[in-house]
Amino acid sequence: MVVSETIRPESADQLRDLLAWAASESKPLEIVGSGSKRALGRPVAADYVVELGALSGISLYEPDELVLSAGPATPLAEIETALAEKNQRLDFEPPDYGPLLSAPGGVRAGGADRTNAPPTGTLGGALMCNLSGPRRVKSGAARDHFLGFTAVSGHGTVFKSGGRVVKNVTGYDLSKLMAGSWGTLAVTTDVTIKVLPAAEKARTVLVFGGDAAIGGRAMTLALNSPYDVSAAAWLPESLAAQSAIDMVSAGKASVAAIRVEGFGPSVEYRCRILREQLGALGPTEELHSTNSVEFWKEIRDVMPFARPGDERLVWRLSVPPAAGPGIVAALAEEDGTDGFLDWGGGLVWLAVPPGAEAREPAVREAVARSGGHATLFRAPAELRGTVLVFQPQETAKAALTKRIKAAFDPAGILNPGRMYPES
Amino acid sequence: MKMPEPDAGVLARRAEIAQALTAIVPGDGGVIVDPDELRPYESDGLTAYRQPPMLVVLPETTEQVRRVLRYCHENGVKVVPRGAGTSLSGGALPLADGVLLGMGRFNRILEIDYDNRCVVAQPGVTNLGITKAVEHKGFYYAPDPSSQIACSIGGNIAENAGGVHCLKYGLTTNNVLGLELVMIDGEVIRVGGKHLDAEGYDLLGVLTGSEGLLGVVTEVTVRILRSPETARAMLAGFQTNEQAGDCVGRIIGAGIIPGGMEMMDGLAIRAAEEFAHAGYPLDVEALLIIELDGPEREVDDLIGRVTGIATETGASTIRISESNAEREAFWAGRKAAFPAVGRISPDYYCMDGTIPRHRLPEVLRRVTELSRQYGLRVANVFHAGDGNLHPLILYDANIPGELDKAEAFGADILKLCVEVGGVLTGEHGVGVEKRDLMTEMFSEDDLNQQQRLKCAFDPGSLLNPGKMFPELHRCAELGRVHVHRGKLPFPDISRF
Repeated sequence: MVVSETIRPESADQLRDLLAWAASESKPLEIVGSGSKRALGRPVAADYVVELGALSGISLYEPDELVLSAGPATPLAEIETALAEKNQRLDFEPPDYGPLLSAPGGVRAGGADRTNAPPTGTLGGALMCNLSGPRRVKSGAARDHFLGFTAVSGHGTVFKSGGRVVKNVTGYDLSKLMAGSWGTLAVTTDVTIKVLPAAEKARTVLVFGGDAAIGGRAMTLALNSPYDVSAAAWLPESLAAQSAIDMVSAGKASVAAIRVEGFGPSVEYRCRILREQLGALGPTEELHSTNSVEFWKEIRDVMPFARPGDERLVWRLSVPPAAGPGIVAALAEEDGTDGFLDWGGGLVWLAVPPGAEAREPAVREAVARSGGHATLFRAPAELRGTVLVFQPQETAKAALTKRIKAAFDPAGILNPGRMYPES
Repeated sequence: MKMPEPDAGVLARRAEIAQALTAIVPGDGGVIVDPDELRPYESDGLTAYRQPPMLVVLPETTEQVRRVLRYCHENGVKVVPRGAGTSLSGGALPLADGVLLGMGRFNRILEIDYDNRCVVAQPGVTNLGITKAVEHKGFYYAPDPSSQIACSIGGNIAENAGGVHCLKYGLTTNNVLGLELVMIDGEVIRVGGKHLDAEGYDLLGVLTGSEGLLGVVTEVTVRILRSPETARAMLAGFQTNEQAGDCVGRIIGAGIIPGGMEMMDGLAIRAAEEFAHAGYPLDVEALLIIELDGPEREVDDLIGRVTGIATETGASTIRISESNAEREAFWAGRKAAFPAVGRISPDYYCMDGTIPRHRLPEVLRRVTELSRQYGLRVANVFHAGDGNLHPLILYDANIPGELDKAEAFGADILKLCVEVGGVLTGEHGVGVEKRDLMTEMFSEDDLNQQQRLKCAFDPGSLLNPGKMFPELHRCAELGRVHVHRGKLPFPDISRF
């Protein structure tokens, strides 16, 4: 593998000059914040790695207006600390895939000792990859909190879109397009996001026992209730047993977990009713404060597959929530395969034994039947270069994708090949 | 308002075009050419601008839409898509040489899926129609623009419609899961579905709010929510706008995101009360309507907290709804604010800027100054939680020059919104109305990049031209890469 030269622009102006030069010379660039997600997506073959570390720092934070602006390379840890001081948070609950992606070989240890480890990753990285945690079901994805930005396009031109107010329909919503573009359209130099009040209290109702279908029923019942559930996940017995949360592992059974957040009296009230209603499906328990927080970090960061020594390949499937239990049951039947559910069944995490095929046909077929899409989330670089990492697109959409890429980056200099072999 | 110059060649072929489209959409009322029958289509909710279309076509199937668009693409005919025609920014204003593509016959709900909490509908279904279809099971569709009885879900997508609930529940864009889209060349693509988040680029996000310039939506999948256990509303009257603004800031500062939080100024309060008899206090200069929704236990708790904040910030009147009927009465005045203002003035012009909320007192003071300067009255209603301001400029179209004055006043208000860090439009869209103000907010480079995206969907600029962009550039010109020959030109960049 060719080792690329690393360039660290010190300002937005230098970044603009660099991109203008690269565009006219057709020099492909790999764009990196802290590099925490370099092992996601297809490998990029670039002449230069552009590190954005200098474009860091919070430039505006107005808690009463619910807005924050910062450089794209601002560490998430710094953002979360600033927000916590004002009792606010990033409501899309950005995941920290550090442990998941660094295993096998484990740069960082998994398990309980990471409780106090700061999250890896940057705000820009979280937005550009549009990756969201368990609260996705209630509060939306990263893209739903992305209000505006300034960026340099592949033309080497500075442009902006959106604004710094939470309600805005002026012009195309390019923030949405940038979110989930994996750095292939433009490089942000400043981003503005919507922030929200942190919940006063969080509790989690656990329902033990039964198969994925029972877990699915528990999650649907909870999400279809008026009790404002902020997360719903399901673990099979084999994965629940590995949880660092005693109450989860001691259940010796599969477990559906339902999170309720908000003002104290309301949380207690809603938990009580949910336990009553879910009790018909199995024995129930309740996680309070730290246990609840830590449990949802395990789900958010895919900790069941981040244990040292776990060398399996990991798939991430986004499917209609009611289809999730059936998919996980069918696919996890194979030897060496495990699966669990987040997003009320709408997010399936699947670990499969290593192999050149990565069980792609079975995964793609399941998604084709239910609707949705699948991403090969953890795999060695060689495999991510041969298996299609993202969901293959049908012809008309693939052609449109190429035209959009060319509209922002006509010379193809920004993270070429990161999403699809040719764009 | 200058629209693109009509194409004489297209106008000369009107009969031939009508014939070709009739072959695609046969039957009664498929294609309208009679001048009298075209008149109802000459404007949308922004009635200040009128232009009958060359003809109207009303397809019923995706296949017909596909063939109509492909025909127009191949023949260089412009197309203006139209939902229910309630746009307040002239988004569906026809073109003299354009086909008006009405989606009103796409009026069926296709599927209700409670387990996946979504509804699949054709785009002509009304916003309220979605809620009506699921409310017997205790569900609803959250975005609620005030035109929700009439406006279509397809139009909501085109404009990214908002409403009083969007502070807590989001705009249309946060509540759409999937679309079927026909592009100008007749290609059909499906985006999203019942699952969350896009595969590939977020086309759903960019199509929502694209004002009919990128394609025509023929099917939508929207998220439905379980209705809250209860909702209660509070009226809080203040002697000054500053006090009311302070109250709003402190509610959010306390971590409370109400289901709705509206503000009205003195003139709007009095007009609404006279019209709707909502029981508003008349001895205040600013009124907040705050709705708290959720589990009963939570709403009771929050009513207490918000009452405390309103008292601390100097509310002179506080009333809390004790029944659903009373809650609805509180809202009746706000919801009738536009027609109520319509009663005290022959015409009114509704603006839609958003500002950082803490600049409200300053913005209202300067709007009052402008009102004096233009000699036109203005009533202010305000989505207070998210800073979306709706000044209603009162004028009389029968007085020569008064509409021009109202437009100039409106433009000054929107420029002011941008000046204080806000934006031109919070929920009504750019359309023709704010098109020429886009340069107040965006540089040429910003607008060029937006247009390059437009080119990726519609290289011939046939879809809704004359909207959103003050000037349309040729796609070939925008696509060119500027050449900066030479070596990596900055020795001062750190390299490793």
